[in-house]
Amino acid sequence: MDFDASMLFVQFISGLSRAMILFLMASGMTIIFGVMRVINFAHGAFYMIGAYMAFTLSSVLTGPLGFWGALLIAPTIVCAIGGLVEVVLLRRIYEKEHLLQILLTYALIFVINDGIKLSWGGEMKIVTLPEVLTGYVTFSGHPFPIYYFFIITVGVLVAVLLWLLLSKTRFGKLLRASAEHKDMVGLLGYNVGGLFTLVFIMATWLAGLSGAVIAPTVRLSLGMGMDVIIECFIVVIVGGLGNIWGALLAALIAGQIYAFGILILPNFAMAFLFILAALIIIFRPYGLLGRATQA
Amino acid sequence: MQEVKKSSASAWLVWLILIPIFLAIPFVLEKGISQYYLYLAIKVMVWALFAMSFNLALGYGGMMSFGHAAFFGIGAYTCSLLLIKTSCPLVLAFAAATFAAAAAGLIIGYLSVRIKGIFFFATITLSFAQLAYILVFKWRSFTFGDDGIQGIPVPEMISTDETYIKYYFFALVITVICIYLLWKTVRSPFGLMLRSLRENPERAVFFGMKVENYRLIAFVISAFFSGVAGVLYAFLETAIAPDILFWSMSGEVILMSVLGGMHVFLGPAIGAAIMVLLNTFITSYTEYWPLCLGITLILIVLFFPGGVAGLIHERYTIWRKKKAT
Repeated sequence: MDFDASMLFVQFISGLSRAMILFLMASGMTIIFGVMRVINFAHGAFYMIGAYMAFTLSSVLTGPLGFWGALLIAPTIVCAIGGLVEVVLLRRIYEKEHLLQILLTYALIFVINDGIKLSWGGEMKIVTLPEVLTGYVTFSGHPFPIYYFFIITVGVLVAVLLWLLLSKTRFGKLLRASAEHKDMVGLLGYNVGGLFTLVFIMATWLAGLSGAVIAPTVRLSLGMGMDVIIECFIVVIVGGLGNIWGALLAALIAGQIYAFGILILPNFAMAFLFILAALIIIFRPYGLLGRATQA
Repeated sequence: MQEVKKSSASAWLVWLILIPIFLAIPFVLEKGISQYYLYLAIKVMVWALFAMSFNLALGYGGMMSFGHAAFFGIGAYTCSLLLIKTSCPLVLAFAAATFAAAAAGLIIGYLSVRIKGIFFFATITLSFAQLAYILVFKWRSFTFGDDGIQGIPVPEMISTDETYIKYYFFALVITVICIYLLWKTVRSPFGLMLRSLRENPERAVFFGMKVENYRLIAFVISAFFSGVAGVLYAFLETAIAPDILFWSMSGEVILMSVLGGMHVFLGPAIGAAIMVLLNTFITSYTEYWPLCLGITLILIVLFFPGGVAGLIHERYTIWRKKKAT
């Protein structure tokens, strides 16, 4: 195999698109932790609901609505389920030890997985793309799917919107304030419980979106949530628990590690990510952009 | 003083009842019902041992390891590979396997025990265990990769070809010895120190304890016995696949411990028995076993965070207090 520049570029772009999916997931997971101090292990399950919803919606909605409608409606359904889960279950365990929180969200994986099996069945599903997004761009002989550029665009868009939301709006200010000192926010007369619900809805919306976005590039299967959750968890830890921009940086690194790791040692690409995680935890446990006081 | 005497007398009574039961189980199950139930009984033992070994780290050491599947798998793989590739005797393969698991525990533990915070500890143990999984999964020429190992040459003495009875007693003796050693460990001064450290690490440090050393020793012991469980598993199934090192396996053993009750010595064994048996029986009615498991876990977390054994223990204490007054 010869490594010419254009091939490296193709690899870079594919790493970037992978990073964006990871960022959509990890940003939600890390916001949940930052504000609510809960690690949501079921985040991968919400991502899976998003993908399956996209499958159904894109086959039900016809014409120009099709895929685009699915892209918007699927995450909305997912976040409705997310809101329900927060109100009915998560709310009861904020004050309990971390182990029980992990177990509850872990148990949710089983429930959601089987819920999906009940509704959609066990066989693999394929989502078809609208014509605009199919096809390839060629970089000096290397074909490259246009859809990956679409994923990157979505990722960048979400990152910008998140930045605007967090730094320019009142809601963002409240979020940052409750991440620092939630009791104080409560004392000032804000409804912290409601804020938590909104945060969870927002994060599961992002998970649903990443599921809907990834759906056309993979075969939907019942294991897909499990595959992504560990990678996402590691991105959150490496970036610094609760730190969105850390998650973005870690996702970018993880994407490139995977893309180039596959060139060097095809069988062990994922291993590099785990080595990185171990190194970060040993030498910089608060993450790349986290602060020493957190967690 | 009287209390002690009474409890030791009742302990003897318990043994007098338990021993004949354990001796009779294989004959009743295999001759009376079916081979399959004896197989299940052994499976419960293997998982009970694995869960109790794990709980030395979680329940007693306060270390939420998300990587114990690695020790279980390394035990199973070392033993199976030795038996397949060399002509080494059973005892040697068994010993080598458990020491390999303990050595892995030493390496992973050495790098992990100083890590503070449940998420970081979980992630670092998870990362190392996933590395072991990837290695076993992808290193085809040595480990047979995702084909796994079929037809592990189990020595005639404990072979399960015709009957599970021989293997039942083999597994029973090993499991009882291991549980006894675990019991001795948690009851020893070391075990008490470990618990005091879990409850209040700062105070333990003030007493001059070397926190990391205690946690490391506990972690290695835990890995060692998980390796034993792995070997017992390999002989029982006579076939293994890299899946036994995957993180969901580590998750399963956490679930067993918490379901049964991680703060009671036998809790994890109860959790293991419940999970193995329910899995088998519910699976024969419906394919939605995970759904049942998930709902059960949610109920446990919300209403009985002490687990099944914790609940029994609590009821028992209340009952005794009532009786005393």
